[in-house]
Amino acid sequence: MSRTFVGWPAFPEAAVAATSDEQLRANVTRATGTIRAKRARLVAERPDWEDLRDSAAALKNDVLAHLDSYLLQVEQKVTAAGGAVHWARDAAEANRIVTDLVRATGEREIVKVKSMLTEEIGLDNALEEVGISARETDLAAAIVQLGDDLPSHVVVPALHRNRAEIRDIFVREMGRHGRPAPEGLTDDPPQLAEAARLHMREKFLKAKVAVSGANFLVAETGTAVVVESEGNGRMCLTLADTLISLVGIEKIVPRWQDLEVFLQLLARNATGERMAPYTTTWTGVIPGDGPQTFHLVLVDNGRTRALADEVGRQALRCIRCGACMNICPVYERTGGQAYGSVYPGPIGAILNPLLKGPDDPQTASLPYASSLCGACNDVCPVRIRFTDVLLELRHQVAEGDAKVKHPAEKAALRAVGAVMDHPAAWNAAVRAAGKAGPLVPKNRLPGPLGGWTDSRRTPDIPKESFRAWWKRTEGGSR
Amino acid sequence: MTSARDEILARIRAATADLPADPVEIPRSYLPHAPGIELHDREAVLALFAERLEEYGATVHRAGTADLASALAAALPAGRVVVPEGFPAAWLREWTGEAVPDHPPLPHAELDSLDAVLTTCAAGVADSGTLVLDAGPGQGRRAATLLPDLHVCVVRATQVVSSIPEVMARLDPRRPLTWISGPSATADIEMIRVPGVHGPRRLTVLLVADSS
Amino acid sequence: MRTALFVTCLNDALFPRSGQAAVSLLRRLGVEVDFPSGQSCCGQMHWNTGYRAETARLARHFVDVFEGYDAVVVPSASCGGMPAEAYALAAESVGDAGLVRDVRALAPRVHELTTYLTDVLRVEDVGAYFPHRVTYHPTCHSLRAAPVGDRPYRLLRAVRGIDFVELPAQEECCGFGGTFSVKNPAVSGAMNGDKARHVLETGAAVLAAVDNSCLMNIGGRLARDGHGVRPMHLVEILARTPEDGPLPGLPVAATEANR
Repeated sequence: MSRTFVGWPAFPEAAVAATSDEQLRANVTRATGTIRAKRARLVAERPDWEDLRDSAAALKNDVLAHLDSYLLQVEQKVTAAGGAVHWARDAAEANRIVTDLVRATGEREIVKVKSMLTEEIGLDNALEEVGISARETDLAAAIVQLGDDLPSHVVVPALHRNRAEIRDIFVREMGRHGRPAPEGLTDDPPQLAEAARLHMREKFLKAKVAVSGANFLVAETGTAVVVESEGNGRMCLTLADTLISLVGIEKIVPRWQDLEVFLQLLARNATGERMAPYTTTWTGVIPGDGPQTFHLVLVDNGRTRALADEVGRQALRCIRCGACMNICPVYERTGGQAYGSVYPGPIGAILNPLLKGPDDPQTASLPYASSLCGACNDVCPVRIRFTDVLLELRHQVAEGDAKVKHPAEKAALRAVGAVMDHPAAWNAAVRAAGKAGPLVPKNRLPGPLGGWTDSRRTPDIPKESFRAWWKRTEGGSR
Repeated sequence: MTSARDEILARIRAATADLPADPVEIPRSYLPHAPGIELHDREAVLALFAERLEEYGATVHRAGTADLASALAAALPAGRVVVPEGFPAAWLREWTGEAVPDHPPLPHAELDSLDAVLTTCAAGVADSGTLVLDAGPGQGRRAATLLPDLHVCVVRATQVVSSIPEVMARLDPRRPLTWISGPSATADIEMIRVPGVHGPRRLTVLLVADSS
Repeated sequence: MRTALFVTCLNDALFPRSGQAAVSLLRRLGVEVDFPSGQSCCGQMHWNTGYRAETARLARHFVDVFEGYDAVVVPSASCGGMPAEAYALAAESVGDAGLVRDVRALAPRVHELTTYLTDVLRVEDVGAYFPHRVTYHPTCHSLRAAPVGDRPYRLLRAVRGIDFVELPAQEECCGFGGTFSVKNPAVSGAMNGDKARHVLETGAAVLAAVDNSCLMNIGGRLARDGHGVRPMHLVEILARTPEDGPLPGLPVAATEANR
């Protein structure tokens, strides 16, 4: 079985380990710095960038508001084009559908195109339980799979690894799963890419079944779209006899023409390219070209829960470009694994609690894994207001239905609030602070405030508050 | 027992009950054409198309209808090249290599062993430096343009539009479409773009002038 | 025209000099400023931690204290952004329609200090003199919650004698984030460490910002590491005049010393 995020510690704890890993921080900082610069240059090229964002957000809002009819449209179009459509309420049901479909083919090794949804539902382990080996073919996904590692980014899952680490994984692991790494492999990125090409090619030529996700699903035509860089997607989508595509129910765009908005936004915002090298679109089964059996699995797995959240539903507009994590100062210090989910960074901090409910300590810690700086709001191609959703989710934990509560914090903030809206009490408190000033330790605060002084001195508390000065000097006039 | 389909649809209807039934109004203020290009300036559109493809690492040659055959002969290797049905035979008259037909369909391993694939295309997009193939005449099935390591593609100037919004209406979504923006590449190692992983590592585009 | 100073609870208790500087600067510019002593806290800590009912209570209190004024000036983008950003939502969440109406009426009259100077008083050169090397950290709330744009830079560049240097990676968060720094001390500390390093790279004697909360965070790190860079609210720089001379204890900028 490959590793999973099950039992992962809450964000603050996981972040302690991540922030103290110098190699990890160097790798993540280098990668996010590179991608930010590339993105900024390419976005600046588009005078209509804000207009594209407006259109994209509105299109996705329309999809979410009428999701039932759009899904039925997809089902009708795909079926008419020779595909089979399946519906899965949750991860277990989706895994069962795929497992049964693969077993029916009799195949034991299948190939996969990187798909966040299959990571989310743990498909690889479900297949392995019935003796089917699913091999990742995207370079980064393969690095994660070969290294028995966990993903740390939605676009570049192995972003936390540098070239030397990747070389070591290839040399150590490739031979155990097929063609070994070439003799004398160095950590030169083109050489590493070549090693992946050779290792994967024999799998592509043999594979009869492929599993993919989809970036978009066009309701009007039933067309599925996969955007990728390496050509591993094209291999899976066109060489296999049977193609099984798992797609989250929110991935729809209404009309064929609407793709023009998303195709112009996605690569620029994700990898800082005008277009990704390859985009494949297909509708059902095309006689004589590509897989002659096509299954589309539409997956809910918490999406309808998120859809019911009036503030949080905007997270379902996400097109998984990863720009929010690339710009995030928190992500930059921790990498993605600290978020304990295949969806890290700002989108992970809101999407995980929305999909699962903030009812366990790990999930409930995610809305707090943000300084609320708002940089993610500025780069989101579908204008998700991350900070609004984070605040709404914190509210659900603090005062709402979430099962994880912070009773001590609630009591403290309520007590402070009570003092603050009573002028006499507040006056007394500020006066007391001045008197207590010399007693406050400079280098180590007690209790839950201790973390503050791990890396900072506390400020000197002045003897005279502003209000005391105002009173003494009659507003500074004396 | 309720089916998954009915249950998911019911959940969706319950979750969106607060939203208005009318379609959401979609603002469409983005540019219909490539920024910075005068639409009637065909030469600028073609120059941008070539420039953008070259930035991805593709090789671009411009040719006229008269010298296309010699340009193709220079761009193609001397070895075995898969040439799909419908590719104009006249264009191959100066090339001395072996044109391998793909009917009946070649086994994948055989396609993998060929030196190149030669095709036409359905459209080109200048702004994004993109070729679109729709498996029409001269383009072949998708496996044929994927497995050989060199893809040589002939694009007629009339097929090149300035932007993605312009190309959408020219394409038929019922056909299998492959949008190609440069040779295969990856940025998975330290976010540094490395050309050439699984798809053809070399892409050569012959841009043929509008016949006047 | 009745103008009130909402000094903020943090400035009141910990950074009174910023409030005093605001009073002195506004007086110099002809504004008779009042300090209603009933004021306390904007409720941001509660709001950002998810406590909307508590925020609504403090919003009601804010309205009660300030609704009689024509303008409320706040030396903080973070606290100054609260009435417009949060109060109506907090009031809605407790179903208090009257409060929603009241905060909507009051919010447009609440001004972050630099915006009040440039947009209401229409001054950029406030007659300040500050012959020291200064760098400026644009706080996240001054970038996004109460966006002040380039106003602080315009005000700083008009200061006589100043040696202004841009802060590298200035738009990146310092890691304070209110309760974030307490709930996530490891990440917050790592962000702050990088910010402090960038401050040192400028060679500035003073780090300026429009939020003392962020300055307390970055200054706390610089002090713990033994660096003498002085965190100062922007208003404390703008309040100084040629008659005050250089600020004692700070090196005079080379550009000014050589004149």
